[in-house]
Amino acid sequence: MSAFIDFLGGLSLLAGSAFLLFGGLGLVRMPDIFNRIQAGTKTTTLGTLLTLLGAAMLHPEWSLKLLLIGVFLIFTNPLSSQVTACTAHYRGIKKSSLTKVDRLADDESESMEKSVSKNPDSEHKDKEEAEL
Amino acid sequence: MLTNNKSNVFVKRRVLVMFATLLLFWLMLQGSLGFDVIFIGILVAGLIAYLYPSGLSFFTEFRATPEAFKAGFRYYAYFFKELVKSNIRLASVVLSPSLPINPGIVKVRTKLKSKMGRLMLANSITLTPGTLTVELKDEWIYVHWVLMESDDIEAATREIVSGFESYLEVMYG
Repeated sequence: MSAFIDFLGGLSLLAGSAFLLFGGLGLVRMPDIFNRIQAGTKTTTLGTLLTLLGAAMLHPEWSLKLLLIGVFLIFTNPLSSQVTACTAHYRGIKKSSLTKVDRLADDESESMEKSVSKNPDSEHKDKEEAEL
Repeated sequence: MLTNNKSNVFVKRRVLVMFATLLLFWLMLQGSLGFDVIFIGILVAGLIAYLYPSGLSFFTEFRATPEAFKAGFRYYAYFFKELVKSNIRLASVVLSPSLPINPGIVKVRTKLKSKMGRLMLANSITLTPGTLTVELKDEWIYVHWVLMESDDIEAATREIVSGFESYLEVMYG
């Protein structure tokens, strides 16, 4: 029985590292930062969870701590990717030419236009600058 | 007077929930149930929960009803299924020589009202097939979608959000 569990643990470790490998490949092959983050987040989450599961099968006495690591991973991993993506978008990092639509950029420029037209001072300044 | 009483109960509940979560993590980290371990855990968790009652923790806005627990289990089953699916799809994209992607940032709308519910939804979207939350603004979520199917708000909401929302609505509201 324990040999079987060892076998399952090894298999889980192998699958985890395979997903991590695909993630690394995705980082190299994807065209822009957003697609790279996508590749990085999903594969590292499942890859690491499978690795933890494999470790728990090989060393059952570690399983509570490994479970805790897994819980923290599930909560922090997507959050950090989301913040990275948000910052990248905010700073206007170039998107791949394959990108079809960008609703966020559309909405941002729309609200920007509104605030500019509401503020007469800025228009005035623009005119002054143009005259100069 | 009544509202004051109500908010008092709410704060007490938050402190209690925070305390229980911290104590649970501490016991899991220690991996033993000795008297000294539990004593120190209660002391420190109580102190932290008392000093920081406004902290957001996993169960903060959780509705502790049987339906919510049931939805929680179903949510995690669905979540892991989606996580595996997303990994397999991503692996197939990365391994195919032509790299068949069709990315775009779409806008979706959520019905969820609670902070924790929205946070969980955003996290779940990030970990499911081809989608990544970029920005959260009130009820709008901006999602980067690798294999975009539609940039229509309604259709994208149905495709991306609905699966998780039905569970999270019961759990957090």
